[in-house]
Amino acid sequence: MTAGNAEPAEGSGHTYNFAYLDEQTKRSIRRIILKAIAVPGYQVPFGGREMPLPYGWGTGGIQITASVLTKADVLKVIDQGADDTTNAVSIRQFFARVAGVETTEKTSQATIVQTRHRIPDTPLKPGQIMVLQVPIPEPMRRLEPRETETRKMHALSEYGLIHVKLYEDIAHWGHIATTYAYPVMVNGRYVMTPSPIPKWDNPKLHQSEATFIFCAGREKRIYALPPFTDVRSLDFEDHPFRLQAFTQTCALCGSGQSYLDEIILDDEGKRLYVCSDTDFCAQRVAAGHVGSDPDALAATKDAVA
Amino acid sequence: MIELEPPLLTIQSLSKLYGRNVACSNVSFDLWAGEVICIVGESGSGKTTLLNCMNGTLTPSSGRMLYRTRHTGMVDVATMGDAHKRLLMRTDWGIVHQNPRDGLRMGVSAGANVGERLMAVGARHYGDIRSQAMDWLNRVEIEVDRIDDLPGVFSGGMQQRLQIARNLVTKPRLVFMDEPTGGLDVSVQARLLDLLRALVQELQLAAIIVTHDLAVARVLADRLFVMKGGDIVDNGLTYQVLDDPQHPYTQLLVSSILQV
Repeated sequence: MTAGNAEPAEGSGHTYNFAYLDEQTKRSIRRIILKAIAVPGYQVPFGGREMPLPYGWGTGGIQITASVLTKADVLKVIDQGADDTTNAVSIRQFFARVAGVETTEKTSQATIVQTRHRIPDTPLKPGQIMVLQVPIPEPMRRLEPRETETRKMHALSEYGLIHVKLYEDIAHWGHIATTYAYPVMVNGRYVMTPSPIPKWDNPKLHQSEATFIFCAGREKRIYALPPFTDVRSLDFEDHPFRLQAFTQTCALCGSGQSYLDEIILDDEGKRLYVCSDTDFCAQRVAAGHVGSDPDALAATKDAVA
Repeated sequence: MIELEPPLLTIQSLSKLYGRNVACSNVSFDLWAGEVICIVGESGSGKTTLLNCMNGTLTPSSGRMLYRTRHTGMVDVATMGDAHKRLLMRTDWGIVHQNPRDGLRMGVSAGANVGERLMAVGARHYGDIRSQAMDWLNRVEIEVDRIDDLPGVFSGGMQQRLQIARNLVTKPRLVFMDEPTGGLDVSVQARLLDLLRALVQELQLAAIIVTHDLAVARVLADRLFVMKGGDIVDNGLTYQVLDDPQHPYTQLLVSSILQV
C-alpha cells in the first residue's frame, strides 16, 4: 500500500502519520473490526501495537479510534463518565494533535466516543461509534485461567461456568452482587463482558442504534456489537437481572434517571451525589434543571484553588 | 439362554507409547453397566496412563474405545466430535482425581462446585441448584452448613468427598477414579471406601479405579486387573486373583501386604 492518504497532521510540526498509527496497521485493525462486527460478541485476536501510553490506560481503545478516525469525525473521550479527567483530556489532546480532528464534550455532536467505564446517559444515535477500552476481555477468566479451554467453551457454547460466578454472588450476598463487567449473552450465541461499564449501562447495549467496538490492548482482542443487536444480561430464573435504584438525585441538575457518583466532600461524612456523565449533567443545567445544591462543586473547586 | 446386554465400554488393543517407551500395550477388556474394575500395579506400571487414555485426558497411540451412549448406542470415542465428547464427560462420566485440587474449583464454594455440572447442562434456577447441592453434600457426609465454604478450608477427606459429590450430581453411569484414597489416613480411607461402596451400589455405577492399595480393590472391585510394565499380567474376579494369584508378580504383590 502506498502512502496515499498518509499525511502528517496539519500544523503539528511532526511527521506522524494521520492518527499516529501507520496505514498498514490501521488497515489490519479495520479488517479485524469487520470480522468482529460480522460475529457479534466473538473475541477476535489482533496484532496489537505498542502505543505511547501504558497498558491499562486505554491502549486498546486508542488503536480502534486511530483506525476508524477520519478527518471529518468529531471525537469525544470520557473516563468514568467525565470529560475532564486526566486520561480523557490526554487522549483527546493526543488525537487533536496527531490527527487534527475536531473534539467535543457533547455526546450529541460526537461521531466517535472513546470511553472507559461508562456509556453516555444521552441516548446514542445511528452512525455513532462507541469505542470501549477493555482490561480483561474474557468473561470466564477468573474461573478458568486456560485460554485454550475458554476458547473451546465459546466455540461449543458451553456457558455453565459463567453462571457459577453468579451462583457465588447469590450464595454469599443473597443477590447477584456483580455491579460492573456484568456478563451478557450477545445475539443468543456468545457470552461477552461489556467490561468495565457498570451493569446500569447494560440495558443501553440491547438493540442500540450505535455501533460498539471493544478492544483490549494488553490481551490483544477486539469484539463488537453492530447496531440493533440483542444483548441480554445473564441471570437465574429465580434471581432475574435487576438495576440498582438510587435513592438520591443529582445535586447539580436534579436528575433521577442517571448514574450517580458519590463525592466525599470533607472528613466529617459530608457527601454529594452528582451525575457521573458530566456532559449529560451540563446539558440539563443549561436547559434550566436545578438540583438540591447547584453550587456544591463550585465551592470545592474554590477551596482547592 | 440368558441374553446379555452389550457392555457399557469396550476397550480393544489399546496402547500408549511415550516416544520409544511403552506405557501400556495392547489392553483389551469389556466393562458392563454397574461393574467395578480395579487396576492395581506398582508405580510406573502404566495404570494411570491407561486410565487417562480411557477418560479422554490422553490420546491413545493405537486401539479403539467404544462406549454405549444413552441415545445412540455404541460409539467410537475417538471419532466422537468435541462437543459430544465434552457433553459425555460432564454428564455420563465422572473423573475423580487423586489430588482433589485437580478436580475441584478451589476458588468457588462447595455448593458452586457441586452445582457447576448442573449449570453446565442448563440448570438456571438458583433454588433448584442449591437444594440439589445440599442433598449431595448430605449424601457424602459433609455438613450442609459448610455449603458456602471454600474447598480450601476442608480437610483432605472432605475435599475428596466433595469431589465425588461434584462428579455424581449429574448421575453418571461411568466413573474413573485415580487413587481415590491416596494421601488419606486409614480411618478416613475406611469411611471413604464405605461411602463409595454404598454409592456404587445405590446408583448402579460402573467404575474403573486405579489404585496400588489391594485393600481398596478387595472392598470395591468386582474384577481386578494386575498391571506390570504396561501389560495386564493377571485378571479375573477380585477374590480369585487375590486368593489364588497365578502370575509371579501378583503372588509377590499379594504376599507384600503388611500384616498388623
